[in-house]
Amino acid sequence: MTIPSPIIGPHAHGGDSIPRAMGLVMLALIPATLFGLVQFGWPARYLFVTTVLAALLFEALGLGLAGRSLRPLKDGSALLTGWLLAMTLPPWAPWWIGVVGAALAILVGKQVFGGLGQNLFNPAMVARVALLVAFPLPMTRFVAPSVTLGPDAPGMVGALGISLGATPLDGISSASLLGQVRTELSRGLGLDNILAGAYDPWQQMWGHAAGSLGETSALLLVLGGLFLLYRQAITWHIPVALLGALTLLATLTHGLDPARYPGALYHLLSGATLLGAFFIATDPVTSPVSPRGQLLFGAGCGALVFVIRTWAGYPEGMAFAVLLMNACTPLIDHYLRPRIYGRNARGAPLSYADAAERRL
Amino acid sequence: MKLFHIRGGVHPAGNKERSAAQAIADLPLAPLLHVPMQQHSGAPALPVVRRGEQVLKGQLIGHSQGTVSAPVHAPTSGRIMGVGSYPAHHPSGIPVRTISLKPDGEDRWITPSDPLVDPFTLSGEEIAARVSAAGVVGMGGAAFPAGVKLNLRTRYRLHTLVINGAECEPYLTCDDRLMREQPEEVLDGVRIMAHALGVSHILIGIENNKPEAQAALREAARKALATQDAAAPTIRVVGLPTRYPMGSAKHLVKALSGRETPARGRTADLGMVVYNAATAFAVHEALRLGRPLVSRLVTVTGGAIRYPANLRVHLGTPVERLIEFCGGFREPPARLVSGGPMMGEPLPSVRVPVVKGSMGILALTAQEVAQREEGPCIRCGNCVRACPCGLLPLEMAAHARVGNLERVVGLGLLDCISCGSCAYVCPAGIPLVQYFNYAKGELAARQRAKHKQMETRRLAEQRTARLEALQRAKREALAQRKAAAAKPMAPPRPSPGEARI
Repeated sequence: MTIPSPIIGPHAHGGDSIPRAMGLVMLALIPATLFGLVQFGWPARYLFVTTVLAALLFEALGLGLAGRSLRPLKDGSALLTGWLLAMTLPPWAPWWIGVVGAALAILVGKQVFGGLGQNLFNPAMVARVALLVAFPLPMTRFVAPSVTLGPDAPGMVGALGISLGATPLDGISSASLLGQVRTELSRGLGLDNILAGAYDPWQQMWGHAAGSLGETSALLLVLGGLFLLYRQAITWHIPVALLGALTLLATLTHGLDPARYPGALYHLLSGATLLGAFFIATDPVTSPVSPRGQLLFGAGCGALVFVIRTWAGYPEGMAFAVLLMNACTPLIDHYLRPRIYGRNARGAPLSYADAAERRL
Repeated sequence: MKLFHIRGGVHPAGNKERSAAQAIADLPLAPLLHVPMQQHSGAPALPVVRRGEQVLKGQLIGHSQGTVSAPVHAPTSGRIMGVGSYPAHHPSGIPVRTISLKPDGEDRWITPSDPLVDPFTLSGEEIAARVSAAGVVGMGGAAFPAGVKLNLRTRYRLHTLVINGAECEPYLTCDDRLMREQPEEVLDGVRIMAHALGVSHILIGIENNKPEAQAALREAARKALATQDAAAPTIRVVGLPTRYPMGSAKHLVKALSGRETPARGRTADLGMVVYNAATAFAVHEALRLGRPLVSRLVTVTGGAIRYPANLRVHLGTPVERLIEFCGGFREPPARLVSGGPMMGEPLPSVRVPVVKGSMGILALTAQEVAQREEGPCIRCGNCVRACPCGLLPLEMAAHARVGNLERVVGLGLLDCISCGSCAYVCPAGIPLVQYFNYAKGELAARQRAKHKQMETRRLAEQRTARLEALQRAKREALAQRKAAAAKPMAPPRPSPGEARI
């Protein structure tokens, strides 16, 4: 009996796989997603389905154009990209926002680079930023839960009008908390006045607030993140560093001038902070591989989020922060390598002071 | 005892239960043994017997050649059927110099050539010489001649002998059974080696998944300590966390001492020498009974084996005999492996013989192997976290794939111990070890080619210099003759160039 030969060890495997890794992230996203889909009603559901389907379609198109097999469709990465993108869109955005976004994410963000694992930037964030820059109006029109859950909320059929862009949103749309606070601050109002009516930490925590489709419920996002940590789908380094840096900067500035700078809790609970910290910045492809590199990457994201929210032209900065740090990832990976066994941090072999007398 | 942290590593399923419960059994003699001359690292042994010759068990049949080599002895008494070539116990199955022996069934030992004396009255050199003459090699897989390492005290100031009873590879249980069933013999071998090395401490490291072996050796150590004198080395049995690759000598030493072996160096640089528990047993047999290494313990297991076992096997026994003894296959194996599943190598055929380094024969089912198709790297960093050497396996593989050897070496290829932890955790199923082995092989080939080129150039330059000297000598001789012709009385004198050639 002969056995075909050029096989090499290990002749065992831990069982991890790409579809499993993607599946775990999707599993962790389910609570926050369901919450968003229920809270924001039929227009959000249409947008979610459109975005996810479009992502799969463009993945197939990209693979077909590249002359590759369609098998990677099954790895779940395109599904996850579409899903994450949908989570970051205004829930009542028209259908074509989802389709254009999916095309940008999959074709420009991923397939152009050579497919899964090759892209430098997070595909969903590439799409989100491109949409925000190209279509600022539909990308900043949010609706409050009081509208989406109110008596005038559109039904399954009525929602089609919103999804097709036929029903104008003027009059019912509002800014997100971050946007509102920014506008008011620029008009010279103090934070106490602004936050008094608009901000309730408990509501932010539950997610009963205007915002992107899947970013509102802090509690459910943290739950999903903890699940990912527990199942070792992600490590703690990026989320902890990101949230830590943001908390630190917010606390410092808040201490200096409470009337201008909101505290840490406000930053942690609003916008895409938690979605970004657990689900977006942790994208393995576009983040550093070494633990130290991940700490730096996460801290950089957190600091940039704070800087953009506080001083730059946009009220929310998660997508920009992640993309900027993505660009730094190759550099971080180059410089922050683990120390090799038996060598010092510079790569020279270790030597011991008492080694000379040992070697007779 | 305080243990130190080692980085990375993995926790593969142990799968030791099926064979760990089986006491050591003697495998009956095979009708024909095939004893290769290369069962150790270093130069192969040279056959010293002829076809038709009658030999006794333990008789020298292959003489060691060179400083790093080991002799080979007849595994049983019988007749030499031939000195030829036979497929090696190696994935290639390439034919190697092998002596075929037909046992006479009597299994009669030869009388030891050296008189048996108390090993503690012998010097380190004498013990090392006896261990070398007995053909003892490292039994943990690398098969490095054990006597060579016993002489390290001439070059290093050593203080600790570390006995590696980690047996961190899944499935394998032969060291476990040996330590459980013959702890006193193992410990005796350990103490003889400690005496030879002149060390003052003995540490016996055993993973915590082998509590019986730990207890057995602790008991043996307690008895030995009670009787030995105060100057003798201290003995400690240390429980090690169950983590692969705890049995890597460099990582074992780190866990025990907190110090890392310098890159490209030896554990002896830290004053520590590491031997496998089974090697200690072989040293005991060689020194106390005068018996060379002619058999070893082999674990036969895996999901496809009907009755897993730990067998004492005559070296040279075909692997198929072991499998037959274990009741054959429950189901057709997806892969036959020699050694453990992490670092073991596929067997080319079941006809190859058991050699000194064979720790286990695994018949793995497809489910156990969990072979998968190679996907794209998603840079998840699992390999970086798992690497016990602090390397970046994903980057090394990417550069190896495109043949960028300089970069791979720059990233630490030569610090890689090929433990396979990276490939074990890779979600994309990338055969990382294969890339590294390719790069290591390619590097060795390039270095050989470079060496050859330089040798050729050196020889060519020497030849040119020689020819020039010859020419010059001829010219000088001619000039002298001319001068002599002008002055006929001067005697002829050989030129210095002529004398040299």
